[in-house]
Amino acid sequence: MTRLVVVGNGMAGIAAAEQILKHAPTFAITVFGDETHVNYNRILLSSVLAGEQSADDIVLNPIDWYQRHAIDLHLGTRVIDVDADGKTVTSDDGRTTAYDVLLLATGSTAWMPPIAGLDKDGVFVFRTLDDTRGLLARAAPGVKAVVIGGGLLGLEAARGLQVQGCDVTVVHLMDRLMERQLDPAGGAYLQERIAQLGVRVLVNRSTTAVLGGGGVDGVELADGTKLEADLVVVAAGIRPNVELGRRAGLAVGRGILVNDFMETSRPDVFAVGECVEHNGVCYGLVAPLLEQARVLAATITGNRGAKYEGSIQAAKLKIMGVEVFSAGAWEDAPDAAPVRFEDPALGVYKKLVLRDGRLSGVILVGETADSHRYMEWLRTGKDLAAERRHLLVPPPPADPGVDVAQMPDSATVCGCVGVTKASIIEAIHQQGVNTLSQLKEATRASTGCGSCTGLCQALLKAVAPDFEEETRKVLCACVPFTQEALREILRSQRLRSVQDVLDIYGNGAGCEVCKPALSYMLDMRWCGDHDEDRSARFINDRVHANIQKDGTFSVVPRMRGGVTSAAELRRIADVADKYRVPMVKITGSQRIDLLGIRKEDLPAVWADLGMPSGQAYTKGVRMVKTCVGTDFCRFGTQDSTAAGIELERRLEHLYTPHKVKMAAVGCPRNCAEATVKDIGLVGVEGGWQVVVGGAAGKSVRKADLLVTVETTAAALEAAELFFQYYREHANYLERTYDFVERLGIEKVRKETVYAPAPVKAALRDRLRKSKARARDAWQEGRTPVNPTQFIPLDPIDQLNV
Amino acid sequence: MTNARWIRITSSTNIPPREGRPVRLEDGREIAIFNLGDRFLAVDNRCPHSGGPLCDGIVTGASVVCPLHAWRINLQTGAVDRPGGAACVQSYPVRVDEGVVLVEVPDRAAIAKQGAAA
Repeated sequence: MTRLVVVGNGMAGIAAAEQILKHAPTFAITVFGDETHVNYNRILLSSVLAGEQSADDIVLNPIDWYQRHAIDLHLGTRVIDVDADGKTVTSDDGRTTAYDVLLLATGSTAWMPPIAGLDKDGVFVFRTLDDTRGLLARAAPGVKAVVIGGGLLGLEAARGLQVQGCDVTVVHLMDRLMERQLDPAGGAYLQERIAQLGVRVLVNRSTTAVLGGGGVDGVELADGTKLEADLVVVAAGIRPNVELGRRAGLAVGRGILVNDFMETSRPDVFAVGECVEHNGVCYGLVAPLLEQARVLAATITGNRGAKYEGSIQAAKLKIMGVEVFSAGAWEDAPDAAPVRFEDPALGVYKKLVLRDGRLSGVILVGETADSHRYMEWLRTGKDLAAERRHLLVPPPPADPGVDVAQMPDSATVCGCVGVTKASIIEAIHQQGVNTLSQLKEATRASTGCGSCTGLCQALLKAVAPDFEEETRKVLCACVPFTQEALREILRSQRLRSVQDVLDIYGNGAGCEVCKPALSYMLDMRWCGDHDEDRSARFINDRVHANIQKDGTFSVVPRMRGGVTSAAELRRIADVADKYRVPMVKITGSQRIDLLGIRKEDLPAVWADLGMPSGQAYTKGVRMVKTCVGTDFCRFGTQDSTAAGIELERRLEHLYTPHKVKMAAVGCPRNCAEATVKDIGLVGVEGGWQVVVGGAAGKSVRKADLLVTVETTAAALEAAELFFQYYREHANYLERTYDFVERLGIEKVRKETVYAPAPVKAALRDRLRKSKARARDAWQEGRTPVNPTQFIPLDPIDQLNV
Repeated sequence: MTNARWIRITSSTNIPPREGRPVRLEDGREIAIFNLGDRFLAVDNRCPHSGGPLCDGIVTGASVVCPLHAWRINLQTGAVDRPGGAACVQSYPVRVDEGVVLVEVPDRAAIAKQGAAA
């Protein structure tokens, strides 16, 4: 019989022994363990600390397993030396044991950073069942605990102690928690969640000393901060235990070096688990060591052939209510295509990183239900072309109409949020839920991954008396999301260019429908601080003029409030002559239109006019029509001309979901038709009525009264609030009259003029930010964004035929 | 006898990605050249519908949408994608040589021959 001595009674050593026994039950196995326990699941120590499981619950190999396999087990016995030539090991009980084959599964120990006072009573590490028991003996309500290290283990210890009632602070050296598993955004989400649980987190902080006489009474940080502490847990990392490997004369790097067959530099000595280094990597997680154990068993039993080729690093935080999963290479890199989803309200952050159309890494925070799917993709290197649209949200099941009647009431419909069939039915009956959005609001069902949407619909259909199917109106087939969803995507994913949105969420190509819409959304969301892509704009917004049926353009200079001067009129007349403008037309907007101008003449025309763009060609602020108000009119009650000019000044050069036409009138005779404008100011005795959502174009609609105010300043503010609200919430190409009807004027009022002061301030602040970046588009006549923006190409070669 | 020749038009940087630019040749033809990012394509700068300047359209994949009435023209073949059944526009081979965009234009004899054949 071959004498196999296993040094280490942990998960790796015993997993290897189990595998070896499967291959060759003829081995005579001796196991040394320095702990006094049979092999237990070390990963579950955190749940023991949190009181979710007992020490007995996590035992993997009870004592009778060792007996059954005639394993000579030495617990509480540490091997202190190896004589590789004489083939013996010496243990701390003074015994020398001979072997034919030696397996080192010595694991790792907690790394102790250079902090003064770590020897004080009350300083713990969190590696073993004994450590855990020690912590449990100290942990009690009101006890102040400091955990040094915000990695996987530190956080699990922190949460465990907190569950025991301790007042816990995590001090982490790096700029984010779990920095080896999470990118900065993921780290931020995790920190938020951990903080919500009541654990205090300090990042970017270095601990310099543990304070106290005999026992711990605090820790001191590098910045001088002192934290009170009754106990301290050091979880600053682990170091492979390589000392015995050295003594055996093995090649050692960070860990004991092994090849793909799990062989060390000596033929009769093997190593497995956290103490080894394979291909430059030391693994500290469970899945790799189980894979190693399988390969090792084949090699050691004479079945050399199976290879260990490294593992995908995958980690899952095991804290109830804090879901974190990370695997593979998720770092940003030039050849990596990241795909992200986040929902700060839900605390959900997901990032996939693709390389060559295959998954290379994944980070999931807040929701890890799909981790199996992603691990599978990582393992198999699956080509994701077919899944490209369903990377973060799985495709709806082929038959969403699984018989909902057959589901038990207790069945979970929404696994993400944890909503049962019964609670959905209750919401339908008790809260009068009839639509999916109402259901989402009432129960949060289908607000996570969305995979249960079909099921929720089916339940609604079956149970709700007045079920209304919501038709999901997507922007277009190129990027099949609703505009509301897209606005949220731009915001949360911090996307700033049309092409990025199309590449990540769409077909990469885009079309004349979605590109201008996305361009608008980006400009609005980032207050102009986006990557402006003129190729995504309609020609009018590339050359800031309105294309006509013959390919020429019309030019409408801005005349605020419809007020002009003799000098302006002269310049307009001169331009009309100089460029032989075929038609000069007074528009219905109290402005002058010069029609039939060639694209290449536009910059010169604008320069000669010396007036700003009237934006007559774009979805933006058109004009504010005015009457002469109190200036000249004998009926005027308000200075509508000045108010109109001021309103136009405040909003001009901004872009909107559709054109915005405005008017200000000095009395209810309404000479400038303010009541059929998108925004109208109607002067009345003692104040203004601000009206919105009027139309006198394709549709005719009398504007709704938004609010009545006493001063011009208040009227302008109300107009601004509505204007910005419309910019942020209307769909592209949705005029105010459709927008106001869709939302209802009550809702509009509630969220604008009657909104809480901070909401109003925020609306106006975003408007101010956008306005600060808005420029008269005609300045591009002097400084074009592209040298050929206005002029045709001049061929280098002549045809010469 | 050659019946087509390559004409050097302009530096490729003069046509921004996903945009088109017009060029008028001495024989009177006006061509719209598009930069699709990975290649350049060229068609007559005239929508078969009502003469709209295709160079001013929004590019969608390898097609352009006429700015006047949203006809969609395939830039590789000159075929009208939308609406169906309409006549093609002429497309031209394009290549980029040392940063210069060249378009292959049939010479007059070839045009005459085409005319005669039609």
